[in-house]
Amino acid sequence: MSTNVIETSGLGKRYGSTWALRECTLTVPAGHVTTLVGPNGAGKTTLLNLAVGLAAPSAGEVTVLDGRPAGSPAALDGIAFVAQDTPLYKNLSVADMIYVTRSLNRRFDRPYAEARLAELGIPLKRKAGKLSGGQQAQLALTLALARRPRLLVLDEPVAMLDPVARHDFMATVLTAAAADGVSVVLSSHVLTELERVADYLILLARGRVRLAGDIKDLLARHRRASLEELALGYLRENPAEVAK
Amino acid sequence: MTALTTPAQPSQEAGLRPVPWARMAGVTWRQHRYALAGVAAFLGALAVCLWLAGLQVHHAWAAVASACQPTASPACFDLSTSFIGTDGFLANGLILQAVPALIGAFVGAPVLARELETGTFRYTWTQGFGRWRWALAKLVLLAVPVAAATGALSVLLSWYYQPYFAPNNPALGLKEVTPFFPGLFDLRGVAFAAWTLAAFAIGALAGMLIRRVVPAIVATLAVYAGLAFAAGGFLRPHYLTPLVTSSQNVPGSAWIIGQWWTKGGTFAFAGSPPDSLFNQFCSSLPAGTFGKPSQQTAFQCLAQHGYTQWTSYQPASRFWPFQWIEGGWLLALSVLLIAATVWLVRHRAA
Repeated sequence: MSTNVIETSGLGKRYGSTWALRECTLTVPAGHVTTLVGPNGAGKTTLLNLAVGLAAPSAGEVTVLDGRPAGSPAALDGIAFVAQDTPLYKNLSVADMIYVTRSLNRRFDRPYAEARLAELGIPLKRKAGKLSGGQQAQLALTLALARRPRLLVLDEPVAMLDPVARHDFMATVLTAAAADGVSVVLSSHVLTELERVADYLILLARGRVRLAGDIKDLLARHRRASLEELALGYLRENPAEVAK
Repeated sequence: MTALTTPAQPSQEAGLRPVPWARMAGVTWRQHRYALAGVAAFLGALAVCLWLAGLQVHHAWAAVASACQPTASPACFDLSTSFIGTDGFLANGLILQAVPALIGAFVGAPVLARELETGTFRYTWTQGFGRWRWALAKLVLLAVPVAAATGALSVLLSWYYQPYFAPNNPALGLKEVTPFFPGLFDLRGVAFAAWTLAAFAIGALAGMLIRRVVPAIVATLAVYAGLAFAAGGFLRPHYLTPLVTSSQNVPGSAWIIGQWWTKGGTFAFAGSPPDSLFNQFCSSLPAGTFGKPSQQTAFQCLAQHGYTQWTSYQPASRFWPFQWIEGGWLLALSVLLIAATVWLVRHRAA
């Protein structure tokens, strides 16, 4: 089985003359719920886009699932990505979204998808655009999990959701991680939500990796009680690295 | 909570076979059925109008043919006038020139622009099918039916305009129209479908570059208009080297490319003879209907003074070679534009 779901070395991404991410070298081990934390503009989305192959590196390299080049067919086959604001085809029905996702992938667990949507009370005939924000996020997550990925990548999945929808969404993610061994990487600036679910942390600020490691180890080493304290404490104690 | 049945087996992934191309047929249909149905409805309505109007044109022409041949009957003149009157606004083909542009802009431009504008490319391009394969399959699956549908319509258009190009029109006293007539050449033969395909390909590339639906549609219409204008005005006359003759009897069905005069084997002037030349040599000619000598007598007078008129033209018999040349380069251009679009999808960072 895989040992690392994401490996980067000297990874950098430049937009025009600004580096959104630079000199990023890290490994994300398999079997964890990894949280990518950092202030707005820290490079979280850039790092995730590079890992799922939506963006190409300006420097360095990134591989996923034990050495598969990001964005290659082999990589796409094992990764499911839910982008920020969970984009779906708004004019397609839920059933059509299932059909499209099933057609575009080698594996698709249709019974799982349909059972999960039934549990959530999401009607198959409704247009995706007519679902509530929480239901759209759940639909996107269900479609991603039904692909039976080894790695699930979520970019700011709960930012737009109300607390109840947020809780339900995270419960689904945790079930997949715990029961089915799916590795999860998610980015967020809502720290408290992540505390309960994440066990591995990557802290980004101004395009650079500041902290990376097992959350229990990091808390013990930095003598912090919680993830929030750890992240905020680090950012406050190193203002030079974080200041604009 | 429903649990996943089994986690993915690494052994399954050893010999990774790509997702079959055929799967894109259903995906494309589900996403673009309204656009395709819109095209079908638009072309269908147009076809019904053309058929009804075409029946009238054919009737009127048949009436002229029976009244004016072998000898002109008294009704001949009236029927000819009525035939010329039936063509209405379709006669010069200008309105129908917009059909390929509109289809290209409204079907081609949104294919990628909508994905990029709404952000759904983040979903689609991270599925197992692969983004460049997705783009190629979708563009081909939309381009082929759209080109086929306009190809079918151009058969109807060829039928509609047939009476205007009938070989016995001069004998009937009707005007002879060249098959290269600017507004009509690209409505018939293979050109109509080829122009639609080119408009679609321009739209797809514009959508990928501009990333917004409405600006991409506007850009497609503008680029298409420029290309159509340039092709008709500058490329088409030179597909094959024009024939050159010094005869005054160039057939009326020919496409006149240029006219010039020589004297003693050297170039004298282009186009029509200047008035000064008439005043110098031909001032004594009898005046014609409009107070000037008729063209025939004036040209004869110039010929007597050693001037020869030359005409370069494309004969009507070159209609099909020209159709294949135009269809060929438009097809090549479309393939190139679609390839460029797919390349951009593959390589351009999102």
